[in-house]
Amino acid sequence: METVTITMKNPPALYLEADNVSPDVFAGKTAAQIAELHVHEGNTTSTLGKYFDVSGNAGATAAETKIVVKGDAKKVKYLGMKMSAGELVVEGSMDQYAGAWMKGGKMLVKGNVDAFAATAMKGGELTIEGNAGNYLGAAYRGDWRGMSNGKILVKGNAGSDIGMYMLGGEMVINGNADVHVCTHAEGGKVIIKGNAKSKVGGQMVEGTIVVFGSIDTMMPGFKPVGETEMEIDGVKAKFAHYIGDTGERHKKKKGQIIYGNLYQKI
Amino acid sequence: MSEYIIRNGHVFDPVQGIKGDQADVAIKDGKIVDKIGSGAKVIDAKGKTVMAGAVEIHAHIAGPKVNMGRIYRPEDKLFTCTPTKGMERMGGGNSIPTTFKTGYEYAKMGYTTAMEAAMPPLFSRHVHEEIRDTPIIDEGAFPVFGNNWFVLEYLKNKEVENTAAYIAWLIRVTKGFAVKVVNPGGTEAWAWGLNCLSVNDPVPYFDITPAEIVAGLIEANEYLGLPHSLHIHPNNLGNPGCYETTLDTLKLAEGFKAKSKFGREQVMHLTHAQFHSYGGTNWGDFESKAKEVTDYVNKNKNITIDIGQVTLDETTTMTADGPFEHHLTGLNNLKWANIDVELETGSGVVPYIYSPNISVCAIQWAIGQEIALMSKDPMRCYITTDHPNAGPFTRYPRVIKWLMSAKAREAQVNAFKHKDKVLSQTSIGTLDREISLYELAQMTRAGPAKSLGLASMCGGLKPGMDADVAVYNFNPDKPVANPDDIEKAFSRCAHVFKSGVEVVTNGEIVSNGHKRTLWVNAKVKDNPQVMRDINEKFLKYYSMTQANYEALGHHFVPNPYTIEVDAS
Repeated sequence: METVTITMKNPPALYLEADNVSPDVFAGKTAAQIAELHVHEGNTTSTLGKYFDVSGNAGATAAETKIVVKGDAKKVKYLGMKMSAGELVVEGSMDQYAGAWMKGGKMLVKGNVDAFAATAMKGGELTIEGNAGNYLGAAYRGDWRGMSNGKILVKGNAGSDIGMYMLGGEMVINGNADVHVCTHAEGGKVIIKGNAKSKVGGQMVEGTIVVFGSIDTMMPGFKPVGETEMEIDGVKAKFAHYIGDTGERHKKKKGQIIYGNLYQKI
Repeated sequence: MSEYIIRNGHVFDPVQGIKGDQADVAIKDGKIVDKIGSGAKVIDAKGKTVMAGAVEIHAHIAGPKVNMGRIYRPEDKLFTCTPTKGMERMGGGNSIPTTFKTGYEYAKMGYTTAMEAAMPPLFSRHVHEEIRDTPIIDEGAFPVFGNNWFVLEYLKNKEVENTAAYIAWLIRVTKGFAVKVVNPGGTEAWAWGLNCLSVNDPVPYFDITPAEIVAGLIEANEYLGLPHSLHIHPNNLGNPGCYETTLDTLKLAEGFKAKSKFGREQVMHLTHAQFHSYGGTNWGDFESKAKEVTDYVNKNKNITIDIGQVTLDETTTMTADGPFEHHLTGLNNLKWANIDVELETGSGVVPYIYSPNISVCAIQWAIGQEIALMSKDPMRCYITTDHPNAGPFTRYPRVIKWLMSAKAREAQVNAFKHKDKVLSQTSIGTLDREISLYELAQMTRAGPAKSLGLASMCGGLKPGMDADVAVYNFNPDKPVANPDDIEKAFSRCAHVFKSGVEVVTNGEIVSNGHKRTLWVNAKVKDNPQVMRDINEKFLKYYSMTQANYEALGHHFVPNPYTIEVDAS
């Protein structure tokens, strides 16, 4: 594995769209070639090298390439977009669309990320050590295909509308989540170790939500069906089991209606 | 204006009966001419295919329902935007491209004229603003009449002359081109939560049947002698077994003869025939009835059709057939938009994915191919995708590839997940016909131009016609090594001329041309009753005044081309 390190030397005045910062695009390129890749600041197009020092050459393929982003990337969007293999480490925080449309590989953000991280994610692993913004693992604006595979771990809190239109994969939030979890979801699993607020599972068709803490307001479309014991991340506990959203359409399998499942730790 | 001579290309022109002979095409002052001076710019077309600019007879490319698609599908623009480049302004969108992209994409494929297939009269101003912003191609728009209160009331009383006077008035104030009918009576019934699934289902309140509406509108259309015939999307679109309703609709044209000075022979154009050629009783026993529909059309010369080919893409369906879109959203659970247009029509919009892994979609694909391949007269059967309903118009090169290459069709059939079902429910496996370049020129140029009543103007390369010319990087003398080469050649023209202006060179836009809006000004005898009825409806029902209704002046129609019709 070859490592390319890009270090912010000239922070942008506006937000910087750096969708070329991914092992797939870097693969096979030298540091000098990588510095020539384009980025957008507002309506101007310039090069990655204008904003970042680039050191180290990429590996021959994405899988053999690791990228480390150093310095202040708080105003940088789209790092790791569409990556399919390799590794990407962001030492600090970044702006929106972290690992959006990612298909494989590993991405680690040591700080916080803003909204739309892992939009329509299809595979790979995204770890955020800080907090995540709104629409984590959700569908793109207007689209009905959210995260469909892969794993997301947020060690801090997450914003609102996480897992909107989620189809598959797994998302773990160690902290709390804001309103709207798994709206319109048709699959996948979201685990919130902290508290949730309201609109949890609204219009959910299929999928699983697990909340360890409190839920401020339960959706009226969820129906309690008993208690169950589950082991999650090595912790065995008792959970109240709800099914829903009963106001939404549901598929039938072998004569049984398939609902979304919501578990809350007792 | 510049003079050009396109030298030594293989010319395919059904208007003059030229079938690939090497010939020169000369252009002067925006027209095709016999001879040209020595100073003309020479375009070397040796080893290339030369045809007239193509004519789009049915696409949804401007107006409120197209824009509803654009507004509520931001995801359609995801990763499809192109920045400003040379003559081109920025554009985006796949199934519902921006107006600018629409004009560029048509031109790059060699299309120079296109018809917007459903203009809600109330929103004609919006339609014309979008037409104005679609560069290069000449455009006309078909106002919809099949659910219009005036039409329903006049035809209920068998008042054909009044219907004709109303049509003439409406086409004039909306700057329309032809009489379009969508789900006759059904969209009005939809406002009552109902539909008309056969030609004999009565329309609520108005107590008239679709059959009466269609026959009455044919009669009114021929009374006026408009350039185009009645252009119909029949009842019961897209349902298993709908071919019977289609045949019942086609039969309504029996006994009518074209009365038009514009050279067309048909009195009814059946659009997107694919969606109307379904057999079976449900989606499980869904099957093709392309043969039944095509046989009928082959036998009846007063009908023309376009195919509405499914292209196997993710797209956006949109139609004035409001109840159908509600039905569709129930099938695919994707987002649904519905629009009601007071007194006149309505519409719906739903995204759709024609997946090659779903047997119904694959059968729909095969039905479109069957209709084109079973049609005996290429002058009466035209290539469309009912853009964007069965797929985006940008897929025409692929549709041409399938029709011109049995090998390409076979490869597509083999790629279907439910290949056996496609072969058992359709006859696509038995069709080995390959459309020739001459037939292609009939199906995309001379045919639609004739059907639209524009045969003297476009669709051919006869001296005196508009200099709309497309030159393709396709050598008909060489065998096609790979069917994909056909698709590539028809995707981007070497040269395109629109009214004598070179608009495309090597697949790039080099001029925005002088885009025109084609509209029909039909004169009828003064009809005080109809004018009084119009005044009354505006005072009583419309939420706007007549003064705000008309699409008039430079803002809406900056470069009109008026086709005069005298029925007085």
